[in-house]
Amino acid sequence: MPEYNNSVMIENLVKRFGDFVAVDGINLEVREGEVFGFLGPNGAGKSTTIRMLCGLLTPTSGRARVAGYDVGREPESVRQNIGYMSQKFSLYNDLKVIENIRLFAGLYSVPAGLLEERIEWALQMANLKGQENLITATLPGGWKQRLALGCAVLHQPPVVFLDEPTSGVDPISRRHFWDLIHHMAGEGVTVFVTTHYMEEAEYCNRLALIFRGTIAALGTPSELRQESMKGELLLVECEPLGEAVEILQSAPDVIDAAVFGRALHLVVPDATAAIAQVKKFLSDHGVNVALIDKIHPSLEDVFVSLTSAPGSEKEWNA
Amino acid sequence: MQEKAQSAIIAEGLTKSFAMVRAVDHLSFDVRKSEIFGLVGPDGAGKTTTLRMLAGIMAPDGGTAHVADFNVVHDPENAKRHLSYMPQRFGLYDDLTVDENIRFYADLFGVSRKEREERSTSLLQAGGMREFRRRRAGKLSGGMKQKLGLVCALIHRPKIILLDEPTTGVDPISRRDFWRILYELASEGVTILISTAYLDEAERCHRVALLHQGKLLFCDTPNNLKGKLGKSVLSITSSEPRRLRAELEKAVGVSSMVLTGDGLHVVVDDGASRIPEFKARLNNASVPFRTIQQVTPTIEDLFVDAVGSGAASHA
Repeated sequence: MPEYNNSVMIENLVKRFGDFVAVDGINLEVREGEVFGFLGPNGAGKSTTIRMLCGLLTPTSGRARVAGYDVGREPESVRQNIGYMSQKFSLYNDLKVIENIRLFAGLYSVPAGLLEERIEWALQMANLKGQENLITATLPGGWKQRLALGCAVLHQPPVVFLDEPTSGVDPISRRHFWDLIHHMAGEGVTVFVTTHYMEEAEYCNRLALIFRGTIAALGTPSELRQESMKGELLLVECEPLGEAVEILQSAPDVIDAAVFGRALHLVVPDATAAIAQVKKFLSDHGVNVALIDKIHPSLEDVFVSLTSAPGSEKEWNA
Repeated sequence: MQEKAQSAIIAEGLTKSFAMVRAVDHLSFDVRKSEIFGLVGPDGAGKTTTLRMLAGIMAPDGGTAHVADFNVVHDPENAKRHLSYMPQRFGLYDDLTVDENIRFYADLFGVSRKEREERSTSLLQAGGMREFRRRRAGKLSGGMKQKLGLVCALIHRPKIILLDEPTTGVDPISRRDFWRILYELASEGVTILISTAYLDEAERCHRVALLHQGKLLFCDTPNNLKGKLGKSVLSITSSEPRRLRAELEKAVGVSSMVLTGDGLHVVVDDGASRIPEFKARLNNASVPFRTIQQVTPTIEDLFVDAVGSGAASHA
């Protein structure tokens, strides 16, 4: 056992639905105080994994411990020791701020002796002192986000699950929100984030990418950007773009070609070697290249590269 | 300047208020033919209201707009004949299959059977959905539903399409399929006005109007927008981002900092001169860091810089 305390420990976790293996033997350790991102396309096994970790679904085999409790054998204890916040479904819009807080305190069985102290804490944390009687629906997006977070952690859970917590919120509010999250993590709370948005993934200390029920990549955002691409990325400006994409499908050593704004993004095994080849290949086919340059992949490029295996359409689109 | 004839959509001073809130505030922009134009901004920026006014289903309080040379305020019926509007919740029938939904919209728009077959086959192919023609719409993933909505909205070959946040909640793979369809349409001459709350999605558009609280902040190509920042952006990786930030808070020339998962994103006045300065400072204070490099500014950097701390009171 490592010396640090693992808040989430997953060993050979499997979930089958009939013949379909949704989660296929995954292993993961998330440390106490870590902000951990869990990414994956729809149908990759992401939601199934989260539901098992939250004690809502029993694993077929393998095991997972969350906050020290076994999700298969002690789902009740797991549920009492986690917080869950989703951008869309967390709050009751027609209730006042304070009513939402009291409702969640009741749902999470916050002890009566602690109640007033926790409500005070949540209002402070969410910066909503003096706004207790506002109707939740009228709050700006960023305030709602912080209220939802406050409600999700009223019972001081050691592990918090966040599902696309800041989608659609303006960037300044989002930055404040993530500062709060990092502050909580600094006090030892483990934060498990699921998202489709790479803007959110950037805020995580480490990321795991799940694809076809297994972990396809694991590392810090910069490790993933540097090491996990199947090849390197080229930006190509040329005319006409549509024709160039068609032509490049048959080019040697081009793993992938896609239109991106007024330019193309190409995935190639070796960018330096490919620049001259691609230029020549395109001009041989009558396409003039205005600019071709190696660029750094974004997390989204990495994600798409790792989950675009040929013939995979059927499973992950399902 | 482009001539008026080259514009598919022209908005001039569009304004709309609801109760006390001015949702859209004197908004002007124009979208050229066969351009993919992004209305980009967070929730509450006025994107949906703008699209509704352009679609001729909501009257502005002030200003005017032309779509396909028809005035949408005075002649909405003619304007509507040339456009297709896909709202955030497109009306798909959950208990009908993919094919049946397409057929329903094709019949609604009077599209012939032959035309429908050709059109739907190519659109479903581009969206990676060929194998799902017999699946019920209610059984599709979010991304697939959005792609099906787009196919239905395009079945009658409109020249102009207005899409309201079609990629919200959609995973990156489906999002990429979705954009592949949009690029194909643009290359066929279709004009596309698309809204998104994701600032990084703006980079896929040909031109972008960046909105905040109903007002236009900037309108330009993504590349030109990044140039407007007039500052440098540094990316610093470190195992202790919080200590890193605390140390750089004392440094000169920093206009904003964001903590990321494995480092810090810093906007500074001049990257070239600040890098050696920061390195020395961090070394002196024994703050661990791995790399400091100058990176391309993002649209988010520009947005935050333009809106500044004025929006922080809302945060």
